[in-house]
Amino acid sequence: MNLAEDSKGAQTLQNASTLKSEEYRERVTLLGLSLPAVLAILIVVFLPIFWLSSLSFYNAAGALSLENYARIFESALYRRTFVVTFQISIAVTVICVFLGYPLCYWLSKLPDRTAAMLMVFVLVPFWTSVLVRTYAWLVLLQRNGVINSSLMSLGVIEEPLQLAHNLTGSIIGMVHIMLPFLILPLYATMRSIDTDLVRAAVGLGSSPRGAFWRVFFPMSLPGLFAGIVLVFILSLGFYVTPALLGGGRVQMLAQRIESTITVYSNWGAASALGVVLLLLALMMIWLMNRVFGLDKLFMR
Amino acid sequence: MSTAAQSLPIDISNLCKAYGAVKALDDVSLNIAAGEFLTLLGPSGSGKTTLLMALAGFVRPDGGSILFGDREMIATPPHKRGLGMVFQSYALFPFMTVAENVAYPLKIRGFSKSDQMTRVEHALNTVELGGYGDRRITQLSGGQRQRVALARAMVFEPRIILMDEPLSALDKKLREHMQIELKALHQKLDATVVYVTHDQREALTMSDRIAVVNHGRIEQIETPERLYRQPHSFFVADFVGESISLPVEATNNTAQLNGCVLKSDLPIAHGSGGHRLVIRPELLEVTYGAVPETANDLSGHVHEIIYQGDSVLVIVQHDSFGQINVRVPANRAGQKGLPPKGARIGLALHPEDTIIVPEHRS
Repeated sequence: MNLAEDSKGAQTLQNASTLKSEEYRERVTLLGLSLPAVLAILIVVFLPIFWLSSLSFYNAAGALSLENYARIFESALYRRTFVVTFQISIAVTVICVFLGYPLCYWLSKLPDRTAAMLMVFVLVPFWTSVLVRTYAWLVLLQRNGVINSSLMSLGVIEEPLQLAHNLTGSIIGMVHIMLPFLILPLYATMRSIDTDLVRAAVGLGSSPRGAFWRVFFPMSLPGLFAGIVLVFILSLGFYVTPALLGGGRVQMLAQRIESTITVYSNWGAASALGVVLLLLALMMIWLMNRVFGLDKLFMR
Repeated sequence: MSTAAQSLPIDISNLCKAYGAVKALDDVSLNIAAGEFLTLLGPSGSGKTTLLMALAGFVRPDGGSILFGDREMIATPPHKRGLGMVFQSYALFPFMTVAENVAYPLKIRGFSKSDQMTRVEHALNTVELGGYGDRRITQLSGGQRQRVALARAMVFEPRIILMDEPLSALDKKLREHMQIELKALHQKLDATVVYVTHDQREALTMSDRIAVVNHGRIEQIETPERLYRQPHSFFVADFVGESISLPVEATNNTAQLNGCVLKSDLPIAHGSGGHRLVIRPELLEVTYGAVPETANDLSGHVHEIIYQGDSVLVIVQHDSFGQINVRVPANRAGQKGLPPKGARIGLALHPEDTIIVPEHRS
C-alpha cells in the first residue's frame, strides 16, 4: 500500500464522520424549531388541564374522593344536561350535513375561479367573531326582531314566533357557526375526487344518479366524516351561542360548568364535568376513527 | 363466454362542436367498420379527444349524426350507449379491489353473482392478471392498473370500446409492450375499437386505419403504411414519421425542385398553398458511386455522423438545399464505406419514395 492510497482511505473515513455529524445537526435544528410550540402547548394546555382535572378528585372538604363523579351520575339535573348536550349536538350535526353536503357538491362542480369566489361567502362569516354573529342572530330572531316583524307585516303570522331564547334559537345559531367546519374538509375532499372516475362509472353503464351513489359519495365520505367529527365535538363543548340564544332555558354542558363555578363556586364539581366532557370528546374521536378510518384522510 | 356480441360499425356524419370561436369539430364525417381498430391521431388541441368524448356521450355536439350500427346515438346519454371505455388516468375506483372494479359494469347490468365471478376471472386472465382479484388498486404498478382498466372495459363484451390515450402514462418500454398486447387483444375480442393518441408511432403500430385529426377536421384516413408512404398533406407528412421538406414548384402531375423535374411514381395531391417535397431519412439511399439516372440526385457533403445505436444518422450538407438527414442501419452493411466527415456522399431518392404534398389540404 502506498502513501497516496493511504491518505485516500483516511479522507473517506473523515468524510463519513462529517456526513454523520451533518445529519445529526440537521435533526437537532429541526427539533429546535418545534421546541417553542411544544413548550407552549405543554405549559398553556397540558399543565392547566392536568391541574384542573386533579381538582375533580377532591371534595368540598378538600379530601380525596370520587364524590364529584358520583354526583354526575346520580343527579337528574346533570343527566338532563348530558342528554340535552347530545341532543343539540346531534341535531346541529345532522342539519349541517344536510345543508353542507349539497352546497359542497355544487361548489365542487363549479369552475375553480367561481368556486373560490363563492367560498369567500363561507369564509367571511367563519372569520367573524362568534359573539358578533350570535348577537346578530339575536337581532334577527327575537320577538320583535327582523324576521318576526316582517312576517307579521306580510300577514303570514299573527303572533310573533318564538325563535330566540329557546332550543330553536340555539340550534339556528349553532348551525350557522358550525357549518364552515363541515364545509371546509368536505369541500377539499370533493375537489380532489377525479372527475374521470364519475365519467368512468357513467361510461360503464351507471346512470348519473347511480354513479353518484356508487362512486362519488363513497369517495367523499372521509371529508364528510372529518366534518361531522369537527362539528359534533365542537358542539359538545359549545358555550357562547346556546348561552345567549338559549336565554337560560337551554343548558348545555359548558353552561353547566360555568354556573357550577360562578353560582356555586364548586371547582371540584365543575372540573369533574370538564373531565367527562373531555373524555367524551376523545372517545368520539377514537370511535369515529375506528369506524370510518379518519387516519386515511390525513394520510393521503 | 356466452352469447358473443357482434362488433358494430360507427357512422359519423357532419359532426360539429364549437367552443366559442374555436371549432373543436368542424363538420367531421367518418365511417368506422365493424371490428376495426381505428386510431384518431393528432396533436393536442386538434379535436381528437372531443371526437372521442362525443362518441362516448360526454360532449354534446352542436349538430350531426352518430350511428352505432343503425341506431342514432347523438342524443343518447352516455350510460345508455353500452360502450367500454378506457381513460388516460385509468379511472379505477380506488376504494374497490381489482375484482370489484372489473365487476362494476356487470353489477350495473344485473349479472348474477356467480356469473360476475366467472366473467371477472376470465377478463383478468385475458389481461394476464389472474389471481390479482383481491388486490387493492394502490398495490398495483402502472402497467397493472392499465390492464385492470382494460379488463373492466371489456368484461361485459361491449361492441365498441373507446380508449383515450390509455398508454401515455406508461414508460417507453412498457408502452411498446402494451401496444403489441393491445393489438393482440383486439384480435381476440369482437369489438370495434376507437383509440386516441398523439403518438404517431403508437398509431402506426396498432391501427387498422389511422384518422389524422387537425383543427377539428380529418386530414386523412388511411392504413398505416399508406398514410406513411402517401400522405395527402404537409401536415400529415410532417406529423407522421420523421422528415425534412423542401419547397417545390408543382403543376398538374410534375414537380420541379430548383428547376429540375422530380421523378416521382406517386400521385401529387393538390390543395392550397405551394407544394413541398417530403424527404424521409430512411428512404434515401446512400450510393457509393454515381446516383443512378432513374433516381433524384440529392448528393452533398457529409456534415456530421451521429451514432444512435439502432441506426446511424448522417447529416448531409447539400449545396443548394441546406441540410438533409439520412438514416442508415447501424449494421456492417449500413456503415461500411460511409464517407468520412467532409467527403462527398451520393444520395438517391427513388421515384417510389418521392413524396410531394400540398402545403394545405383543400
